[in-house]
Amino acid sequence: MHNKTITEQAKDLRSGKYSSVELTQAYLQRIKKHKALNCFITVTEEHALEDAKIADTQLSAGNAKLLTGIPIAQKDIFCTQDIKTSCASKMLDNFIAPYNATVIENFNNAGAVMLGKLNMDEFAMGSSNETSFYGAVQNPWDTNTVPGGSSGGSAAAVAARLAPAVTGTDTGGSIRQPASLCGITGLKPTYGRVSRYGMIAFASSLDQGGPMARSAEDAALLLQTMAGFDSKDSTSVEQAVPDYSAGLNNSLEGLKIGLPKEFFSADLNNDIATTIEAAINEYRKLGAEVKEVSLPNMKLAIPAYYVIASAECSANLSRFDGVRFGYRCDNPADLNDLYIRSRGEAFGAEVKRRILMGTYALSAGYYDAYYIKAQKVRRLISEDFNKALSEVDVLMGPVSPSTAFAQGEKTGDPIEMYLADIYTIAINLAGLPAMSIPAGFVDNKPVGLQVIGNYFTEARLLNIAHQYQQVTNWHQQTPQGFE
Amino acid sequence: MEWETVIGLEIHAQMATKSKIFSAASTAYGAEPNTQACAVDLGFPGVLPVLNQEAVRMAVKFGMAIGAEIAPYSVFARKNYFYPDLPKGYQISQMELPIVGIGYLDIEVDGKTKRIGVTRAHLEEDAGKSLHEDFHGLTGIDLNRAGTPLLEIVSEPDMRSAKEAVAYMRKIHELVRYLDICDGNMQEGSFRCDANVSIRPKGQKKFGTRAELKNINSFKFVEKAINIEVERQMDLIESGGTVIQETRLYDADKNETRSMRSKEEANDYRYFPDPDLLPVEITDELRKQVKADLPELPTAKKLRFIEQYGQDGESATILTSSRQLADFYEAVIKESGCEAKLCTNWVTGNFLGAINKAGLDINDTPISHQRLAGLLKRIADNTISGKIAKQVFDVLWESDATADEIIEQQGLKQITDSGAIEAIIDKIIADNPKQVEQYLSGKDKVFGFFVGQAMKATQGKANPGEVNKMLKDKLK
Repeated sequence: MHNKTITEQAKDLRSGKYSSVELTQAYLQRIKKHKALNCFITVTEEHALEDAKIADTQLSAGNAKLLTGIPIAQKDIFCTQDIKTSCASKMLDNFIAPYNATVIENFNNAGAVMLGKLNMDEFAMGSSNETSFYGAVQNPWDTNTVPGGSSGGSAAAVAARLAPAVTGTDTGGSIRQPASLCGITGLKPTYGRVSRYGMIAFASSLDQGGPMARSAEDAALLLQTMAGFDSKDSTSVEQAVPDYSAGLNNSLEGLKIGLPKEFFSADLNNDIATTIEAAINEYRKLGAEVKEVSLPNMKLAIPAYYVIASAECSANLSRFDGVRFGYRCDNPADLNDLYIRSRGEAFGAEVKRRILMGTYALSAGYYDAYYIKAQKVRRLISEDFNKALSEVDVLMGPVSPSTAFAQGEKTGDPIEMYLADIYTIAINLAGLPAMSIPAGFVDNKPVGLQVIGNYFTEARLLNIAHQYQQVTNWHQQTPQGFE
Repeated sequence: MEWETVIGLEIHAQMATKSKIFSAASTAYGAEPNTQACAVDLGFPGVLPVLNQEAVRMAVKFGMAIGAEIAPYSVFARKNYFYPDLPKGYQISQMELPIVGIGYLDIEVDGKTKRIGVTRAHLEEDAGKSLHEDFHGLTGIDLNRAGTPLLEIVSEPDMRSAKEAVAYMRKIHELVRYLDICDGNMQEGSFRCDANVSIRPKGQKKFGTRAELKNINSFKFVEKAINIEVERQMDLIESGGTVIQETRLYDADKNETRSMRSKEEANDYRYFPDPDLLPVEITDELRKQVKADLPELPTAKKLRFIEQYGQDGESATILTSSRQLADFYEAVIKESGCEAKLCTNWVTGNFLGAINKAGLDINDTPISHQRLAGLLKRIADNTISGKIAKQVFDVLWESDATADEIIEQQGLKQITDSGAIEAIIDKIIADNPKQVEQYLSGKDKVFGFFVGQAMKATQGKANPGEVNKMLKDKLK
């Protein structure tokens, strides 16, 4: 049953083929068996089985909801009441939130069963899941490589069939890049589509939660549960949530695809370029028209992003001061000592680096040169996308410039690591929705195709992904040893 | 050398919203520490601020009342600094685009009117409170106040004396209470101010270096703090020193200011727009609504009282000093239908006297406007004399009875039957031949004796006018 999609599992649960308790147990066993992947920070076994029991009662009573009885795992960035939420940081190793994130509430209301909390880069800062306080996550396609990040535990768990579907968050590519590196389907929604309440903030103007699953069809069910206006999040958008499954089978005849030439420059690995071109050919066969477009300011995305995201994170992470919750150093001599040692001892190197960069960028005398300039660049990038998307329906290109790289390969060079997000970051700056769809393999490692749409066109993106998944089977491949 | 003082004030007025500016927690004062702080106020991970629209309305109201530009688009920013009673490590405030722009306020000092510019007013959240006593060398933190909405009202450096500064502060205090946007309670910290003080040689255009006096929470202390600071700066400069830009604390016990931190030690607050909050847009719709809700403002009301009720400036100032008092006064006029003069005398005299003596707020008056009007009616229609009315007033203050009930129960009705009065007067004249003789021989003062006797005999119930007239007739 662990090889089925949640669409199939929901059907099986309703027909009584197996129970939610059985399904949940199957996943809990797999999680134990593949502990070495290090996908989970917390496994909520008891909790999950209790919820599964309740789900079974509801299923047999015939009042099941969209996800009743379906086991889901949550990125450990979403606050869960009475269950540890660490954000993969020593700082929050002891933190238990007294509230649920809105996303968690939404899953509870839809009847989902939570298997546990997934590993990630510390505070979602990283592209390889190597900054986690709880250790790196292995990519099931090659356990010597990284699963990508920051939602690395999420992507690896779905790829290894430790959970049928999971949540991720994406600030600069954190859903799409690990989805690409692990060969699963991931969607970063339009900024404001999914509530950020209870999702521990990295960079507030860029963070967005989204689904990660085996197929577009499953992602649609998850997004249906996650999306919606939330009065607790001022940046969530008050706009009706469409039925994401309704249009999955719509024809792609006449779909206009734009290929930003900046995505296909010399920097792109040849084999990946070939894979992406093959995927685009599939779309041609499905009736799409393809033309080249340009995003002239793309090259400025990474520097602008690292100013804005760092600036926001430097303030967002100030609340971790050892005073009210989280890590506190032993025997602080005075207030400054409390701050310096609590933060110094509990934050990892990458988090510190970004706090330093952000603090610098906001400092008197530098603010205009960095923060204001970066905001201007951000506007230019948005305008580029608006222009391109006025000519075509969607943009396509690679998600990542490389396939999964070796553990430790880039940890010594932050710039090299930041470049892993070269094709994803601009989309966050513009606030657009985008997907990563499994599109093939290079040296037995998955390659993802990125599809970028206009604001609030998630339903169309899912339709585009689903149609591709009807004529290809890349998304159904399972890494060896995890069948 | 002759010096000129230059003062600008930053006033923090707590907006009288029920809940906090970015959370649903209550703003009520005086609760057990940390019982009115929710996850948002505590700055827990993942929580988000949601702007209280009522606070926005109140700020707009203030802006309109001082004739200021209301920004159609204003932005909340994060002011970053670490302090244990600042849970998020930043305060949500407004920096570049405040909600209220340039406005003004007229103050009166020594009978002269002076216009004071208001540079801006912006919304922000208050921090919590650090409690250094009672914790055996440790610091306790109470976050009940964290997230309370504040309007920071920044003046131009237009004031030239401590007296002017106090007049301005009082005027703002009166205004925010009029607008019902702040309870003005200075002891509870709902209204406090920082004063920027500098001096310069008279005639010099350039401002001197200023010191900022922090967190002064009474009118008296503002005056004292400024005066002592001005003295300090003069002494310093005259003895060859220079004033440095710094933040100073006023110590009321020692009546001195002392340095908290210099400009060099000052924080770099690294303001930037808060990405958790959308820019605040003030629609024409809201503008219209607030404008329609705007009460008559103190200055306009004062002029109207002088005009409409024939008041002198002093009475009008007293009666318009708070909206509640002005409303009470006008309600008494309306309810009683009496002449304004009688109402003015009674409200400013006996009534306010009793209120002030009891240390009460007008809202807590034991005598409603209806009951006071009931009393005035009986004075106006001569049922009781002014003197008896004072007696009735005292009973009104102590009981729930109406004036009519008190007059009835205590038999205080004025004797207007001239036959009865005549009989009493005849008897007094007959019983006091010596005094009659004195009076007739030209000792006018003795007339008072007869009036006194007559009032005494009637227990004050005789109409004094009638008694006077009759005595004069009889003693011719």
